[in-house]
Amino acid sequence: MSAAASNAEFDAVIIGSGPAGATAAEVLTGAGWSVLMLEKGRNHLMALDPPFAPLGHVSNDELKFMRRYFLGPDPWLEPRTFRRTEADGERIETGDVNNLPSTVGGGGFHADGKLPRFRDDDFKPLSAAGPVEGAAIVDWPVDYDEMEPYYAAAERAVGVAGEAGANPFASWRADPYPMPAGPDMYCALLTARAATEMGYHPYRAPTGVNSVEYDGRPACNNCGFCGYFGCPIDAKGDPVAPLRHALQTGNCEIRDECVVTDVLLDRSGRRARGVRYLDRNLEPHEVSGRHVVLAGGAFETPRLLLRNELGHPDVVGRFLQFHFQTYVLGMFGERLHGHRGRSVTHLMDDPIVPDAAAMDAAREAGLPFIRGGIVEHGAAGHPILEGIHLPQGALHSQLMMQSMTRDRMAVFTMQGEDLPQATNRIDLDPHVRDAYGLPAGRATYAPHAHEIACAEHWAPRLEAVMREAGAQNTFWTTSPPIGGSMADRPGGRTPISRHIMGGARMGDDPATSVFDRWQRLHGVENVICTDSSVFPTSTGYGPTLTIVALAIRASRALAGLDPLRSERPS
Amino acid sequence: MGYLQAHELRTLAAAADRLVPPTDDGHPGAAALGVVDYIDGLLDAFSTDPPRIWAGGPFSGRAGGDTGFVRFMDLSSLEELAWRTRIEGSQGIPERERMGPITGWQAQYHSGLSALGADFGDLDSDQQTARLDADPEFRDLLYEHVVEGCYAAPEYGGNRNLDGWRAIDFPGDVQPRGYTDAEVEGRA
Ligand SMILES: Cc1cc2nc3c(=O)[nH]c(=O)nc-3n(C[C@H](O)[C@H](O)[C@H](O)COP(=O)(O)OP(=O)(O)OC[C@H]3O[C@@H](n4cnc5c(N)ncnc54)[C@H](O)[C@@H]3O)c2cc1C
Ligand code: SF4
Repeated sequence: MSAAASNAEFDAVIIGSGPAGATAAEVLTGAGWSVLMLEKGRNHLMALDPPFAPLGHVSNDELKFMRRYFLGPDPWLEPRTFRRTEADGERIETGDVNNLPSTVGGGGFHADGKLPRFRDDDFKPLSAAGPVEGAAIVDWPVDYDEMEPYYAAAERAVGVAGEAGANPFASWRADPYPMPAGPDMYCALLTARAATEMGYHPYRAPTGVNSVEYDGRPACNNCGFCGYFGCPIDAKGDPVAPLRHALQTGNCEIRDECVVTDVLLDRSGRRARGVRYLDRNLEPHEVSGRHVVLAGGAFETPRLLLRNELGHPDVVGRFLQFHFQTYVLGMFGERLHGHRGRSVTHLMDDPIVPDAAAMDAAREAGLPFIRGGIVEHGAAGHPILEGIHLPQGALHSQLMMQSMTRDRMAVFTMQGEDLPQATNRIDLDPHVRDAYGLPAGRATYAPHAHEIACAEHWAPRLEAVMREAGAQNTFWTTSPPIGGSMADRPGGRTPISRHIMGGARMGDDPATSVFDRWQRLHGVENVICTDSSVFPTSTGYGPTLTIVALAIRASRALAGLDPLRSERPS
Repeated sequence: MGYLQAHELRTLAAAADRLVPPTDDGHPGAAALGVVDYIDGLLDAFSTDPPRIWAGGPFSGRAGGDTGFVRFMDLSSLEELAWRTRIEGSQGIPERERMGPITGWQAQYHSGLSALGADFGDLDSDQQTARLDADPEFRDLLYEHVVEGCYAAPEYGGNRNLDGWRAIDFPGDVQPRGYTDAEVEGRA
């Protein structure tokens, strides 16, 4: 890095290169801004010189991606800690807590990219369904009609393949998807057919994977090393596409292996003047920026705010939400070859809109409603994962050959809505530090009774769908665990969910939120946050398309560009 | 190349076969799959530069394309610190002891294999199981490594002749060929 480059003042410094940061970079560079993106992880995504080609580091290699932390973070270098409640003491786990990759591209790099939109009601959960005791449900400061054109822009930028009209629960859209839906996996065809027969409404998942050549990138060739792996052929759009677009403007510089330690304020304390970071040799640097964009993800952004004492101290870190995941596993007589194709090809939204039976279950649990999440129709994992969970000894080899828990298994994952609670939070661990010398982020998290009641209601129903589809045996479990054996298994106690939201919610009142409706930090006018820290509630949908849509909206506002508008078809 | 002594390798082979034994109908035992080479290569990963931690990409050559997997990848200095600590242990080196002292895999294998006993290979299977069960921590570490060695890409030293994948009907890496839409959607 030349001295001139390092001392220049950038129009914006972006912290983090995942979907949130990459989208901001695309919008801001498109507006002619000079952008510096700082990313703590390494670059395995693409060459940073034209034509920004893939580096060839990504491969169909289970050991490298699933066992050896290739995309980071190495839990020993960047530990996080976890406890369920304060009664657990300082922590019960140290290491991997909801880790998303620490690498250029962030979690978008290895996500398999189901990218549904939220619905109209999801932006006004308080007005639509009312409060729940013990939860801080609020309406969002933005509604669906305003979001629609940003969703459309997000789908075009990333490249989403899907089938408009296939999901009866979806809200209106002005345009078709940019690409037709990709091929359906065999096991999902079985489970989707059974679900339809039983009165549910599965649909082909809108996915940020090319079904045809799009934006100069090839169609997916169904290699099957998808979720948790990068795509060796660049068929996944997020965040390859926005990052490449940003780099192509010539206005974007990416510095990898640079961890931001501080946001620097000017003397007034009301404006940021830049950031401080450590480079790969742990040497500190300061860089000036007229604006700062926080995009470290919903775990790291609150951690950075807390370290810098930025944002309302009673709100920062609180209302941390994961999706409460219910897994329903079905074991079939025939081989399902779930290792071919993307990881999930169908979704269904039925648990999100409670039917009469769900309302009865809610009443019985003393709740006004239970709202689950999308049910993903997918397959099981790869062989090392299967092998490690089988019994040791003679049974191992027999069971591996039968493959009841890989090749003959179909999986439903329900991404249950997680109600926001002030006690669920991120703070700084009092003792554990990372390899940069910074206090580790600590999650304190226990689900609300709502999430548990919802899982208990839906799991047996989803098992019935599995059996209808042909499964001979089914069982279900949740993450985090509900009582039972998993609860005491080390490592089994943290929520597995990689959907992380809240922690610095947005709203109009500076006393109860950290960012305003344009995702500007209350009290520090030139800092915005484009990641899911700002989500007031979690909804039952994957967060990423909404992260991208909101990032487009907030970045356009920051750059003084006109708001996007769309017409609702009559 | 190789970290363990000959007598340790013999014990390791017998122990690996106890955890993943051969079957009559086609699953080779762990030792025949090359798990001993896999584990010895992991313990000795830093004897080559770059170390044998991450195989390269994007393709192995088995489904077309170049043979990129054989070109192992560089680690950053922090990544090297983490992997050396994991394999070699913290050995009192301050930067390796940030999270407290760590016994590395090398030392765990030395003591674990020696506790299984020089006669381990001569015992019957129940006796071998009992010895393994005496130290569940080492047994579980070994099991994870054995499973990795059976089913990881062969460039890491195990899964010899792809026999691990063949036994379980898993095709392994398939880029750049991939699967056709019909192969995704149709019955097996
Ligand atoms: C296997 C898997 C499948 C998934 N599938 C889906 C899906 O189907 N649908 C969906 O909606 N979501 C999915 N997700 C979740 C999705 O990956 C995340 O929602 C998304 O990546 C969040 O984007 P982000 O930019 O906010 O944060 P991240 O992707 O986490 O990116 C943040 C980046 O900032 C960097 N960073 C953080 N702090 C600093 C700092 N101080 N200095 C410098 N850099 C910093 C991090 O290293 C990271 O690279 C999946 C996740 C996984 C793991
Ligand atoms: S399944 Fe498709 S999108 Fe996923 S990694 Fe393979 S080629 Fe890429």
